[in-house]
Amino acid sequence: MQEANENQAIKSENKIQIKKHVKKSRVIPGFHLTLGITVVMLSLIVLIPLASVMVYSLKLSPHEMFELITKKNVMNAFITSISCSFLAALINCVFGLIIAWVLVKYDFPGKKLLDGFIELPFALPTAVAGITLSKLYSETGLLGKPLMALGIKVNYTKLGLIIALIFIGIPFVVRNVQPVLEKMDSQYEEAAYILGATPSRTFFKVILPELRPALLTGFGLAFARGIGEYGSVIYISGNSAKEHTQVISYVIMQKLSYIDYESATVIALAMLIISFLLLLFINIIQVKQAQRINIL
Amino acid sequence: MSRELNEQEKLERNKAVTRRILIAITVIFIFVMLVMPLVCVITSSLKEGIGFYLKAISTKYVLSALGVTLLATAIAVAVNTFFGLIAAWVLTKFSFKGKQVLATLIDIPFSISPVIVGLAFLMTFGRLGWTYPALRAINEFLGTNIRITFAIPGVVLATIFVTFPFVSREIIPILNAQGKDEEEAAALMGAGGFKIFRKITLPHIKWGLIYGIILCTARALGEFGAVNALSKTRGETFTLPLEIDALYMSGTDTSVTSAFAVSSILVLIAVIVLVAKNVAEYHSTNAAGK
Repeated sequence: MQEANENQAIKSENKIQIKKHVKKSRVIPGFHLTLGITVVMLSLIVLIPLASVMVYSLKLSPHEMFELITKKNVMNAFITSISCSFLAALINCVFGLIIAWVLVKYDFPGKKLLDGFIELPFALPTAVAGITLSKLYSETGLLGKPLMALGIKVNYTKLGLIIALIFIGIPFVVRNVQPVLEKMDSQYEEAAYILGATPSRTFFKVILPELRPALLTGFGLAFARGIGEYGSVIYISGNSAKEHTQVISYVIMQKLSYIDYESATVIALAMLIISFLLLLFINIIQVKQAQRINIL
Repeated sequence: MSRELNEQEKLERNKAVTRRILIAITVIFIFVMLVMPLVCVITSSLKEGIGFYLKAISTKYVLSALGVTLLATAIAVAVNTFFGLIAAWVLTKFSFKGKQVLATLIDIPFSISPVIVGLAFLMTFGRLGWTYPALRAINEFLGTNIRITFAIPGVVLATIFVTFPFVSREIIPILNAQGKDEEEAAALMGAGGFKIFRKITLPHIKWGLIYGIILCTARALGEFGAVNALSKTRGETFTLPLEIDALYMSGTDTSVTSAFAVSSILVLIAVIVLVAKNVAEYHSTNAAGK
């Protein structure tokens, strides 16, 4: 008994010592070395090349920049990329929520297998996804043929573009919503039910608000990915300037092959700003979400 | 009383119906959007028979592209695993000013169009890039002909860039959840940095690390947009995705089938990745459960 007490006394003493130590200096070794390596590698591989794009584009006057970026086909490509990605991300939110719900709340044979398929778009190279979707929805393809019979043309239209972007974006939404649904306490649902709320009311008033940050994060990530997407969309979209099916990444690539570096960098700069804003938006949501969890 | 029961029954029935509808939507969506493309690659690649398939995946171009792809992937995975471990260590074991900014900067490659990555390396090392004069001076001085863009180094650099945060991102949440008490205790008892890492940190993150490496490998093997801007010589600097693009764009029936045959290699790798990922995830949740 006495021994135990002594032990405890020693332990608490140690704790005090540790606390003092932490305040004075970092206990775990390697701070300066690891920080140095991290910053140097990050700069060499990511930051310096990106800075080169900015430096090059800043050689142009704002007026020249504005002129290059407001060219008709560039503007059209921006509108196509942003609107199609937005629609695809929105559709992914609906289906992603349903899929996450089914995978978390219900039990049925084959569930594990379905769950395993969700991340296919992450594992499949974008070029492979691109030519496959294009083949699948072509006029003679497995899905394109019946759709054609119904009068719906998918290949070389914006619809094809949106389908490719749905394919690319679905894992972002499912994988962000799933963990939140798993952790969600069922007592709120039960409380709502006992208080007499209908299932749909419970869903929209109790469950959906809890899921909103995760859904928004998934939406933001899918949207950001969609705007910059190249490999999976260029085959199915047909890249026609007239039909407005050129995406913005395709336009940059086109400018590069014409060695029109000025236009390419200016468009890239605009895209960098858009993706930076989206990243900021996602980070703000995540910080807010973390705060909320801490309060609860 | 009976009315209440009826309502209860109705509610239960409604619930069962919703359940069925939602499961049906999920199954149909996953089948049409994800399973069918996978099946389509395999059937398309075997359209001309197994003999054609084998010939298509063993042409000179494909073998060269396979070599470039494997080289770039191996280097990218090695570099990013090294970086991921170190970055995760500094971001989770210490607190310092600007930590959040550093974490955000590391995640940049996730949200950037791969085409912009290619452009960034062109602007840095290409003919118009600001390092070009230095590069030329070095080449003149050494009598070499080192080139970065439109050569293998450019392909490797682009591959490293697009997969840069993959490993660190998988480890950071695990280390954050684990805290740093154990490492601090070990350090106070006099263990060195590398020993602490090997004996305490590594066992915790083992499965997360494996998962990160798997994801990094998959993405590196399939990178297309960034490499497309930096590599123009078929049979020399082309990677498998570029070779697939070249075959598909040739447009003849047989070359399209060849494109799918080459794709099937990457699909096979993708399926292996998915299985390995599930295994790694299973083990990591088990470890966390303990």
